[in-house]
Amino acid sequence: MNVTIVDYNSGNISSVINSFREVAKDKVNIEVTSDLIKIKSSDKVVLPGQGSFKSCVDALNKINGLVDTLSEFAINNKKPLLGICVGLQMFADVGYEETETKGLGWISGRVSKIDNQNGKYKLPHIGWNEINITKDSKIFKDIENKSHMYFVHSYEFVPEDKNVVSATTDYSSNIVCSVEKENIFGTQFHPEKSDKIGLKIISNFIDI
Amino acid sequence: MLKNRIIPCLDVKNGRVVKGINFVDLQDAGDPVEQAKIYSDGGADEICFLDITASNENRETIYDVVDKTSKKCFVPLTVGGGVRSVEDINKLLNCGADKVSINTAAVRNPEVVIESSKKFGSQCIVVAIDAKKNGDKWEIFTHGGRNNTGIDAIEFSKKMEDSGAGELLVTSMDRDGTQVGYDIELMFKISYKVNIPVIASGGVGNLDHLVDGIKLGNASAVLAASIFHYGKYSVKEAKEYLDSKGIPVRI
Repeated sequence: MNVTIVDYNSGNISSVINSFREVAKDKVNIEVTSDLIKIKSSDKVVLPGQGSFKSCVDALNKINGLVDTLSEFAINNKKPLLGICVGLQMFADVGYEETETKGLGWISGRVSKIDNQNGKYKLPHIGWNEINITKDSKIFKDIENKSHMYFVHSYEFVPEDKNVVSATTDYSSNIVCSVEKENIFGTQFHPEKSDKIGLKIISNFIDI
Repeated sequence: MLKNRIIPCLDVKNGRVVKGINFVDLQDAGDPVEQAKIYSDGGADEICFLDITASNENRETIYDVVDKTSKKCFVPLTVGGGVRSVEDINKLLNCGADKVSINTAAVRNPEVVIESSKKFGSQCIVVAIDAKKNGDKWEIFTHGGRNNTGIDAIEFSKKMEDSGAGELLVTSMDRDGTQVGYDIELMFKISYKVNIPVIASGGVGNLDHLVDGIKLGNASAVLAASIFHYGKYSVKEAKEYLDSKGIPVRI
């Protein structure tokens, strides 16, 4: 099996690579590339993302044909894709970080700044927080409710259809921290930085 | 609920741990990778390396340490010490650091903070503020605490937030190494001034000091070095103690 981590200059992805290689060992081949042919032929795709919504969308668009290839992979061919952090946020129609920016539009909704309630809550939301699992998701197999995951973000994904939400976390309000829509998965938290329990989520994704 | 973090810090010189945990079953007490792994297995919420390598020719050693550690530890790794430029930050991130802390360079040239947070995102830019009390204010020291800049630490913390820092690592130079506790007033004043998380550092001698840093200093995270060295307290013991005092921690 081939799992491709999309390398599109979205910032630091070495931790994502290290964690997937740790889980995959020799059983699964982990590719790190923006090569369209390799992405098309892989079994699963991971879309990481660091920095701002705008910088990530811009970086995706800079690589000719990448957005179309990813859409074909996830929307037409319905193969499993996992978005992490801004990778998840980009599923939305629109994001408001820096300036209004069009997203991939795979899951209807918007990405807006977390309400810090007049400075009562610090931003970014950094650190370990519990997740409230709201529906069965393939990536949560053997993951206990209220498990701790590592977060670092100031913006949240607000999907229109709440049925896609698979987990939320409490910070200022109930923040969507995981989604599953058919073959499309996303986590706002960083499984690659969430210790053994995070590696289990990665392993669940690889095993789908 | 978001948990308060405990961050053990390891001083690394020429690729080796200077002070560290001294367990009998440790194969190589000077190996930063092995030490970091013990901390992360013990429940450390993040790991911090402070590179105190003095000579330029040995500066490359830290990259190798970061590379190896990030393949073994799957909690966030912060690396600081001697970070001068956007290129230095880029190299550390590429080796597997999740965050980079910037001290002297942030004071000397705040553009480094602006540029690097734009390029890599605020989430990986930590500004390390070393401050010493002078009268009724705190002044910023650089070069590992040797140079007094006269800059007001509280004002500077706000400036760093505005420049794009994602977190502030605040060390009291008066308290560092004394084991009498954090400078609570400094931590509280900076935490009150900024809306980004503050990591308290400098002066921890016992577990009550960690409690004070969070409860009184309003720190989001507490960093400590020496209390975890030589096995005085384990990270697990520290967390259980904080939990018993009603502080939310990841156990």
